[in-house]
Amino acid sequence: MNAVTPSPKLHDCRDAFVAVLERLGADNPRIVAVCNDSVGSSKLGGFKSKWPERLVNVGIAEQALVGVGAGLANGGLLPFVCGAACFLTGRSLEQIKADIAYSNANVKLIGISSGMAYGELGPTHHSIEDFAWTRVLPNLPVVAPCDSIETAAAVEWAATYDGPVFLRLSRVGVPDLLPAGHKFELGKANLLRDGDAITLIANGTVTHRMVKAAAILAEQGIEARVLNMATVRPIDVEAVVAAARETGAILTAEEHSTFGGLGSAIAEVVVAEAPVPMKILGVPGIFAPTGSAEFLLDEFGMSPAGIAEAAIDLIARKSSRT
Amino acid sequence: MQPNDLDRIARQIRLRDLQAVFEAGAGHIGGEMSAIDILTALYFRVLRIWPDQPKHPDRDRFVLSKGHVALALYVTLAKRGFIPEEEVATFLKPHSRLNGHPNCNKVPGVETNTGPLGHGLPVSVGMAKAAKLTGAAYRTYVLTGDGEMQEGSNWEAIASAAQFGLDNLTLIIDHNRFQQGASLKDTNNLAPFPPKLAAFGWDVTEINGNAMDEIVPALEKRGSRPHCIVAHTNKGHGISFMQDKVDWHHKVPNAEQYKIAVAELSEAL
Repeated sequence: MNAVTPSPKLHDCRDAFVAVLERLGADNPRIVAVCNDSVGSSKLGGFKSKWPERLVNVGIAEQALVGVGAGLANGGLLPFVCGAACFLTGRSLEQIKADIAYSNANVKLIGISSGMAYGELGPTHHSIEDFAWTRVLPNLPVVAPCDSIETAAAVEWAATYDGPVFLRLSRVGVPDLLPAGHKFELGKANLLRDGDAITLIANGTVTHRMVKAAAILAEQGIEARVLNMATVRPIDVEAVVAAARETGAILTAEEHSTFGGLGSAIAEVVVAEAPVPMKILGVPGIFAPTGSAEFLLDEFGMSPAGIAEAAIDLIARKSSRT
Repeated sequence: MQPNDLDRIARQIRLRDLQAVFEAGAGHIGGEMSAIDILTALYFRVLRIWPDQPKHPDRDRFVLSKGHVALALYVTLAKRGFIPEEEVATFLKPHSRLNGHPNCNKVPGVETNTGPLGHGLPVSVGMAKAAKLTGAAYRTYVLTGDGEMQEGSNWEAIASAAQFGLDNLTLIIDHNRFQQGASLKDTNNLAPFPPKLAAFGWDVTEINGNAMDEIVPALEKRGSRPHCIVAHTNKGHGISFMQDKVDWHHKVPNAEQYKIAVAELSEAL
């Protein structure tokens, strides 16, 4: 296959989210947006001006945010509950567990500005624990799209999926990677580049960095497979096992703690099904220092060059085993 | 149904609840006895419901936020025809759908899963708000414990309900004055509740929550603001030796106590 080429233009995926939400909202009056004084940061201004009564703002009250969302669903509406991912998942985790996941409420949780998007605001505003917190909950798919195209497709999918969803979005600009018209399939990774030396797996804002790392590796004659794995739960077992068996090493990277996120979910499969050398890149179990998301991703070894270097080390471990 | 008939049903529900606690060797009998008159009034007089269509879109919503008294709800639902009466005997048994806290995906008539305290009221605010948005005529009722009101999430919801003008929402606080470990007064005394709710913009009615002729009119009251009923109740109501004893939050009667309690509850049947 031809490797994907990142678009030159960067996109704030919140724009794709609200564009689809407003398009779907025009045809489906059951769609309501729920927020915690986050109209601006969730980019719900357009939705609000079209349908002011369908924008339910509970104020700065995240427990009510999620609980009210569950109640709106019980009353026959289709709520998209939007808030900064750090507060939506951290402050309201028990509501997400009991009111949404355990109750199987048809609520779409939209975590805005996830990862380290709030960079310089510091670790209170970083949401680098949310995969770990949410992916252990039954009934709750966890999805982190990699670009504006996948974001739009995932929102469209979420609106028709009968059950709760956690959609993890950023505000950091990313290039488009997936083809126009891409359809989102829950639990299915996308092959962005094929290769047999190693598999690089990422999601969200890090996928394009993996694509660029693979290009660096190719210049050195190393062909890496690149998978975009937006769905953290349910994990794509088939793609992970194939990657392990066919390429012999897996490097993961995510805008999340190295504990309990995408890499951990993949490692759970690798250990059980097809053990091969693995490395998990992410925030290495610390509160991040001051810096923008882009700076911090580079700092934690997730620049394209840093990823390529980690891949080469991992490939060396793979050959030392044989 | 008139108050006398409701009293008779409430006694039958108390007796079945007591028996199930005794047989299961577990339950939250004190808070069950305090709340059963309110549950009876709701299910046998006030709520517009169809047991054979538990998801009917026009049904009134009832949320048991003090989910630990699930058994009282199960017995009430069984008596009202939502689940078979004989199923109450499976309470807490392996794989029974009647576990210690109600599950809306397994038990018909349960609207949302509760157990952790402070969850039912925010969800009920969402239900009432949905009715406002869709023009549905159903009303939403939610029952909390008085100790449960210590959870901050309730006050987020109380503020939201007033802001949204939810005149279709009724909160009943089962004010039995005791929580798990001690009296409310000795723990974190939010009482008196009425001025606090009134300050948030709610209508408040204070009643004897174990007197049917006060419960029914309070539940049927309609106004222009969200309505809170502060129901003064007795923990362990109806069983003399349990009444107002904090130990009976989740104690199980022994054989002798069980006999006395059955006799007391059977008197007026």
